[in-house]
Amino acid sequence: METDTRTTLLDALRNDLGLTGTKKGCDHGQCGACTVLADGRRINSCLTLACMHDGEEIVTIEGLGAPGRLSALQRAFIHHDGFQCGYCTPGQICSASAMLGEIEAGWPSSVTADVAGRPDLTAQEVSERMSGNLCRCSAYPNIIEAILDVAKAKGS
Amino acid sequence: MAAHHKMDDRVGRDRLEEMAQGVIGEPLDRPEGELKVSGRATYAMDGLPAGCRHGVLVRSTVAKGRLRAFDVDSVERLPGVRAVIADDRFIKNPAQGMAGKAPAQDTREILFFGQPVALVVADTFEQARHGAQILRQEVERAEDAPVSLDDPTAQLDTPSNKQSSSGDIDAAMRASPFTIDATYTTPGHASAAMEPHASVATWEDERLTLQASYQMLRYNRAELADALGIEEDNVRLLAPYVGGGFGSKLGIAPEAVAAAIASKELGTPVGVAMTRQNEFEMVLRRSDTRQRIRLAADETGRLIGIGHDALVTNLPGEKFSEPVTQATPFLYCGDNRAIGHKIARIHRTPSGSVRAPGEAVGVTALEIAIDELAAACGIDPVELRRRNIPDQDPSKEIPFSSHMLAKALETGAARFGWSKRNASPGEVREGEWLIGLGMASAARVNMLIESKASVTLTKQGRATIETDMTDIGTGTYAILGQVAAEMLGLPVTDVETRLGDTNLPPASGSGGSFGAASNGTAVFLACEEIRQQLCTKLDCNPEDLTLKDRHAVVGNRRIPVVDILNGEDIRGEGHVEPGEAEDKVRQATYGSYFAEVAVNSVTGEVRVRRMLGVFAAGRILNAKTARSQCLGE
Ligand code: FES
Ligand code: FES
Repeated sequence: METDTRTTLLDALRNDLGLTGTKKGCDHGQCGACTVLADGRRINSCLTLACMHDGEEIVTIEGLGAPGRLSALQRAFIHHDGFQCGYCTPGQICSASAMLGEIEAGWPSSVTADVAGRPDLTAQEVSERMSGNLCRCSAYPNIIEAILDVAKAKGS
Repeated sequence: MAAHHKMDDRVGRDRLEEMAQGVIGEPLDRPEGELKVSGRATYAMDGLPAGCRHGVLVRSTVAKGRLRAFDVDSVERLPGVRAVIADDRFIKNPAQGMAGKAPAQDTREILFFGQPVALVVADTFEQARHGAQILRQEVERAEDAPVSLDDPTAQLDTPSNKQSSSGDIDAAMRASPFTIDATYTTPGHASAAMEPHASVATWEDERLTLQASYQMLRYNRAELADALGIEEDNVRLLAPYVGGGFGSKLGIAPEAVAAAIASKELGTPVGVAMTRQNEFEMVLRRSDTRQRIRLAADETGRLIGIGHDALVTNLPGEKFSEPVTQATPFLYCGDNRAIGHKIARIHRTPSGSVRAPGEAVGVTALEIAIDELAAACGIDPVELRRRNIPDQDPSKEIPFSSHMLAKALETGAARFGWSKRNASPGEVREGEWLIGLGMASAARVNMLIESKASVTLTKQGRATIETDMTDIGTGTYAILGQVAAEMLGLPVTDVETRLGDTNLPPASGSGGSFGAASNGTAVFLACEEIRQQLCTKLDCNPEDLTLKDRHAVVGNRRIPVVDILNGEDIRGEGHVEPGEAEDKVRQATYGSYFAEVAVNSVTGEVRVRRMLGVFAAGRILNAKTARSQCLGE
């Protein structure tokens, strides 16, 4: 694709490619609504230019599941009512899907007591690791439940 | 056929309770959930029409003044820029909720920092943003612009209809053994919905379609038409999904009017989304407040007097003022009462409705004062509140429609373990953390707003609900479907709900916590009308008709509903209006909050460790979405 050098990855997805599942909440890295996966890592797509990602694999919410074939996280968000207006939701789900991989890989967070050990799957860990994704509707308790549900099912 | 109901009296009969389907109140998933979690729900800026240009608003950089000119040439020379537009019809700020007409126009007269003054339109967002950032303004700046609540030069209004008193609060304060006289301040708030205000305008001849993010479409349509100087019939608003509102999307906002004007001028669709910075500057804020509260109590803690004086701010000319004292006239007893209300006129972003206007800051201050009184007279805070629950509205001397505060206090205290509280401050410690328990009463006035909806029972036996109501995250799609499913004896999956389109019957809109009651009742009435028509076909009385699982049961007959329809649709319309009940009885929601808070004695860090809210919110239509509303929104 060709786009303006000033175009953020977020605007390239939304305006040039028509992938509007990724949302613009603040356009400056504060809310997480624009979270996507770049080569498997979660990033704020509003904080990076499209031209910096030439050749990378970008996964958006559209790539994680669709009605009729939703991912386990998407289903858990519905079941636990992990959203209200739904505007932060694509970002929350992209972020959570990468975050679970980070826990699995043993990455510590600032609330992990033993940074050399395996992080526990606690509400506190999930809440800390999801702190870059704001939800103005304040669905936080339900988001945490949804994520823990999926993580536990995976682990068992 | 239409069923109309004016709420003059208590209905006295619980029709939903008489139904058989059993879906009302059930914790069902939201029907639009799959679209939302997969990024397929379409918000205002999702799915721009072909050839859509992008507009970015330009803001004023002074608090007060007169705009003389723009350096249009240097911006219009930029690649991709189509126009720099400043039109007399642009609005300075959003309309207040339910205004139904345009707010202040003429953006050349600047009344606050951040006011919109122009729109730059370009082929791409990047080009428009660049143009908006460099557009130079020539402004004649006025120096007399008070911007704070305390500024002695600010004009102070004392609207006579917002003052009231009975008895003698001063005498009560002098005569009482326990008194509190305290002043509290609260900061302003921004609604900050996650989806910024956004509008995409498309014209077909003289007809405008605006896909946008608003809460109350029937009012918004009237406001937009008035601002543009066109007929309402020529305006259609679409808002099937709204990324949060919190009051900020009650009234039409500058981006909508600017997008419509630009689109007409350029002959192409134009989309304008506010930036996050615009949100904080151009969208109505909650006023900051200064509140003086006086409480006078006898030896037993029973209130003899309550005084609540509020000072709020707004722009000169704006009618709204934060209804800080809204719950004070009826929450607690006391014969001597005084309410005062003043507005300081300042040149800041105007104030308007933000989530629970009034109570959010007013009840907070009142409840802090009640706690201070509890400490002063040595009575447990829960007990003190219970002792002061009035048996009728003490100001209007009318009965309560229902009163659940005592129950909410009792239930909350029991569930939270309030009895284990150590009432002496500073005694409970865990290492360097000081632990305290606190509580408060909750109250919110109840309102009913005129609302219409239509329901069609199709010949296939499915139902379609149509109304211009919005779902701003509150669960409208879920609850309306449940009301219709219950009334018509259908599984919820057989009901389709169409919202957010001004071509559909006009609803209350989402605001003031009145949406579910108002619009839910309109859907209920439309279904009653359909039931009536089914009864005619079956030749039976409405009381004798049971609808369940797509069948009608009358006496010993059980007939598939499709057979009764016999190839024809049945349509019902519902229309509810507020009536005399508002004046006859005091209506409010009650609740209680309990919290366990830790404060670090070294760093001062505050942590809410546990919090419980107990609410009597009337009939719960969906336990899952209702719980989510209690947690947030
Ligand atoms: S839009 Fe990217 S972080 Fe808010
Ligand atoms: S669901 Fe509305 S912001 Fe999270």
